[in-house]
Amino acid sequence: MATLKCYFNGFWRYRYLLYNLISRDFKLKYRRSVLGVAWSVLNPLLMMLVMWAVFGGLFPDLRGGDIVNYPIFLLCGQLLFNFFRESTTLAMSSVLYNAPLLRKVYIPKYIFPLEKTCFGFVNCCFSFIALVLVMLFTLSPVHLTLPLAIYPLLTLFVFSLGVGLVLATMTVFFRDVMHMWEVFTTALMYFSAIFYDPEMMSGWVQQFIKFNPIYWYITGFRRAVINGEGLSLSMILVCGGCAVAALAFGLFVFKKNQDKFVLYL
Amino acid sequence: MENNQPIISVDHVSMRFNLSKEKHESLKEYFLALAKGRLQFDEFYALRDVSLKVMPGDFYGLIGLNGSGKSTLLKVISGVYKPSSGTCRVGGTIAPLIELGAGFDMDLTARENIYLNGTVLGFTPKYIDSKFEEIVEFSELRDFLDVPLKNYSSGMVARIAFAIATITKPDILIADEILSVGDFLFQQKCEARMQRLMSGGTTVLLVSHSIEQIERMCNKVAWIEKGRVKMDGPAAEVCAAYKQTTK
Repeated sequence: MATLKCYFNGFWRYRYLLYNLISRDFKLKYRRSVLGVAWSVLNPLLMMLVMWAVFGGLFPDLRGGDIVNYPIFLLCGQLLFNFFRESTTLAMSSVLYNAPLLRKVYIPKYIFPLEKTCFGFVNCCFSFIALVLVMLFTLSPVHLTLPLAIYPLLTLFVFSLGVGLVLATMTVFFRDVMHMWEVFTTALMYFSAIFYDPEMMSGWVQQFIKFNPIYWYITGFRRAVINGEGLSLSMILVCGGCAVAALAFGLFVFKKNQDKFVLYL
Repeated sequence: MENNQPIISVDHVSMRFNLSKEKHESLKEYFLALAKGRLQFDEFYALRDVSLKVMPGDFYGLIGLNGSGKSTLLKVISGVYKPSSGTCRVGGTIAPLIELGAGFDMDLTARENIYLNGTVLGFTPKYIDSKFEEIVEFSELRDFLDVPLKNYSSGMVARIAFAIATITKPDILIADEILSVGDFLFQQKCEARMQRLMSGGTTVLLVSHSIEQIERMCNKVAWIEKGRVKMDGPAAEVCAAYKQTTK
């Protein structure tokens, strides 16, 4: 218990650092761009238009017939998946890229994966403006269940943090992980039911997709935002369970190896 | 009573590095080497069984040739490295000045870096706000505050780094050859500030190749050679012995 308190005090001491690192990332991301932060909104919006054109216009059969409000459907999937991909990819290389700092001053090392996950989350929150715009534009109904969407979102944050911690640890020892993860997330994207209705897939694909935690986060989010239904018990359990398991595993792996990091950076 | 407790106590610390002949940075290489049974490392001891005690208020100097392990020792003390064996106990806050520009992002401006680096050192933004003028004053770089740091010279970076690390009154100040970068006027200024911190009770740990500077400023010195403490004690004695051998 005492050590736990000690950890928390350590974290509390560095909360401003966390804030400053996030604001640094933000400044550097949009420095010298004319539209600046507006890109956080524009980017997902434009991407959604591209996918809409492809799967709404060019290959409408691929997505399955009866999806209500396809643009919102697309955007929800895309935003959540992009959050996962962006935060884990950034967290993966975060320890490596901050090697100059880690070699010189003592800072709790987990702050870097945590910072990147937070940065991804902030970005994701900005892109929700795009979602609101599209909802207004398509005159979608706003359901009372909308606040429930926060649950899949927060659990996805915890899940991403856990995955990011594992990836960051692995990358310190083997740089290959970065390349593998890129391929893996691309494959994962197609199995996350972002632009199609999983119901129309053949039986085994449907079963297979259910092993993908991202699918559950996206589906839970959509149910609350688009369908106006509450979360089912299995959704609550899978989302929460995966998040807790990923975080516990991530912390374990990270903590076990972090003292060796500095020798490999 | 407090004065009898060492503020830094390094107890039989060894620091071992694996100098892998081939660095396995990719999985394929690693497994290939593993399969061939060649996954061996050359062990290298940067520090061997080092024990030191620094008392509060000491101005402690570390001397030794390049590669003797001085910087490694400083990094062990500041918590960057965890010793392979032995323990290192530190009883107070540390302001580390190990290498220049630690915690600086070269793409950010000096102003932004002051805040970033300040929080790296554990200060609150409010505290930095209140000391901002002092930092700028001390570093004499007011006209360049909004210039990205990558356009600074190393001396200018050193000024900012020193100014930030010493705004607070740390219990321990660790300085690794930082003073050698600035011009002589700035060096004098830094020395003066270090003396002032000292009189306020700060313990200073200084690495320098300028033996004159060590003699002038330190009261105790440890001479490190090949990862071992060759001699430690009052500054005059150790420095005299050191100068004897290097002649």
